Amino acid sequence: MNPERRQVLGWGAAAAAGAVLAPGLSLIELARARSPEEAASALQRWGLLIDISKCGECNDCVTACHEENGVTGHGRPETDAQWIRKVNLRDKRTGHAQTLPMMCQHCEDPPCVDVCPTGASFKREDGIVLVDKHTCIGCRYCVMACPYGARSFIHEAVSGQKADVPRGKGTVESCTLCVHRVDRGETPACVEACNRDGGKAMVFGDLNDSSAEIHRRLRSEPSSQVRADLALNTGVRYQGL
Amino acid sequence: MASVQYREIDGRSGGFYALLGGLGVLIAAGLGAAWSMEHHGHAVTGMSNRIVWGMPHVFALFLIVAASGALNVASIASVFGRDLYKPLARLSGLLAITLLAGGLAVLVLDLGRPDRLIVAMTYYNFKSIFAWNVFLYTGFFAVAALYLWTLFERRMNGYSKRAGLLAFLWRLVLTTGTGSIFGLLVAREPWNSALLAPLFIVMSFSFGLAVFVLVLMAACRWSGRALGDVVLNRLGKLLGVFVAVVLYFVAVQHLTNLYIARQHEVERFFLWDGGIYPALFWFGQILIGGILPLVLLFKLPSRRAIAAAAAGVILGGFAQLYVIIIGGQAYPQLMFPDKHVASSFFDGVVAAYSPSLPEVALGAGGVALALALTAVALKVLPFLPRSLADGDVDPAAA
Repeated sequence: MNPERRQVLGWGAAAAAGAVLAPGLSLIELARARSPEEAASALQRWGLLIDISKCGECNDCVTACHEENGVTGHGRPETDAQWIRKVNLRDKRTGHAQTLPMMCQHCEDPPCVDVCPTGASFKREDGIVLVDKHTCIGCRYCVMACPYGARSFIHEAVSGQKADVPRGKGTVESCTLCVHRVDRGETPACVEACNRDGGKAMVFGDLNDSSAEIHRRLRSEPSSQVRADLALNTGVRYQGL
Repeated sequence: MASVQYREIDGRSGGFYALLGGLGVLIAAGLGAAWSMEHHGHAVTGMSNRIVWGMPHVFALFLIVAASGALNVASIASVFGRDLYKPLARLSGLLAITLLAGGLAVLVLDLGRPDRLIVAMTYYNFKSIFAWNVFLYTGFFAVAALYLWTLFERRMNGYSKRAGLLAFLWRLVLTTGTGSIFGLLVAREPWNSALLAPLFIVMSFSFGLAVFVLVLMAACRWSGRALGDVVLNRLGKLLGVFVAVVLYFVAVQHLTNLYIARQHEVERFFLWDGGIYPALFWFGQILIGGILPLVLLFKLPSRRAIAAAAAGVILGGFAQLYVIIIGGQAYPQLMFPDKHVASSFFDGVVAAYSPSLPEVALGAGGVALALALTAVALKVLPFLPRSLADGDVDPAAA
């Protein structure tokens, strides 16, 4: 076979392969758009991007979260559950002040999941870190392990629970990234509140989806993880820190 | 030493029943505290979302650490072939079991959902050192019971060395697991160190022997058995060595931290300006639990001095565990270096904690349970030698 003929055949084979594979590739794209009935998939990695320069003195994300998830307190801040909180920072040398919302960082390698003896602390395929309320024995080891103080132990009976958000005395809980909303294709309550009433500092999205705003901004703008030294690959990223 | 004669304690005196009655009251109080914590929630305790492990864990960890250490006396006899310790081996094995039972009872009753114990026994995440500890602790009961069987049953005596070796290795792994509960936490600057595992092992040697010495002295005294100076002084000297080794490990831990710039704040907190924690460290752990016992054991040896030294080691041990467990949580987590941090979750500040009555009652109930189980066991089975008088033990065998 002469070289020219061989090259023509080669081009032809490549074109045929492309024609066969292209529909499959677009099917993969379709698979990313998951219906609420489907199980969580590793094709997604849900995350948040929080621009601290836009985060002001308001508390709207906290109020919205606790309202959405039925997290009510007893006026005892030491023992009341806090799924999200505003943290105020002041630079020790320059005095530069900042404020930011802190919640479960939905780590890729969550220490809370590592230490949980029963596996009640777990990470969904799509990166959301949750507590199985049926198998949590209330040992609080995950609270000790979390680098972000993101977890609360329920110290007394809870009332006013929401149908989507089971809670219970004697177990541990934390931000679920509003998993019940995410599964309906909505955004977490904190993000919605921030964009409606606050400084529009929060973006929610799929870190794996190249067309998502969060993906685009993380690709083109600087961002950081809290305690990046622990190499946990957090799902929550900050800008302006 | 030809053969040691063992005999049950009488256990019919008013004093014995008074002892059991007193311990029973403490156990009942502990159960009442557990019920209260379960019924009302942990809000009735001094614990919080920042100090999630409180006084029950100090008691539980002390008992668990002491349990593995109490077995050492038997190990010295069986594994290291020191015949002087042989008559003490049964009591040593017994205390290992009863102290562990007391500690685990406290740990389980403090759970947010103690009713889900079956979940803890059926769902495992083997990346968790806690899950491993479930096996290490329950396995320890079995191994210690097997070892006791080889000591009690004449036909099994030949296997006691092998069973003793298994129990010795098991307890080393067990205490490694207990120390690693803290050592493996990446995000806690006061703990995150491989040194915690061997530190807990030497602590167990010291605390376990101190408890053993006091229980032995009390049991011999109250049952009218001779306890000669040969045995007691030997145990006292050994305790002195263990106390010194603990001090060495503590010194290495702090000196290493003092060398590392990012750990300077941690050291300042624990050694100097951390409020109750440096006070407990210097006066409780170092003075009462370290220096005082060393002086008593090596400079003023006497029965009272040995008993006082053992009591000092126990008090110092509680102080040490309080500093490690509660101080380690009270110290703020480092989330944003070079920033002052403030929030509604008390980020950036030392977490407040004061032990509550239910917590202390639960912990003391665990201690009482361990002692009551020991007293009952001494009555029903021949754990104690008839005599440990100087003439009945062989000092040359040591």
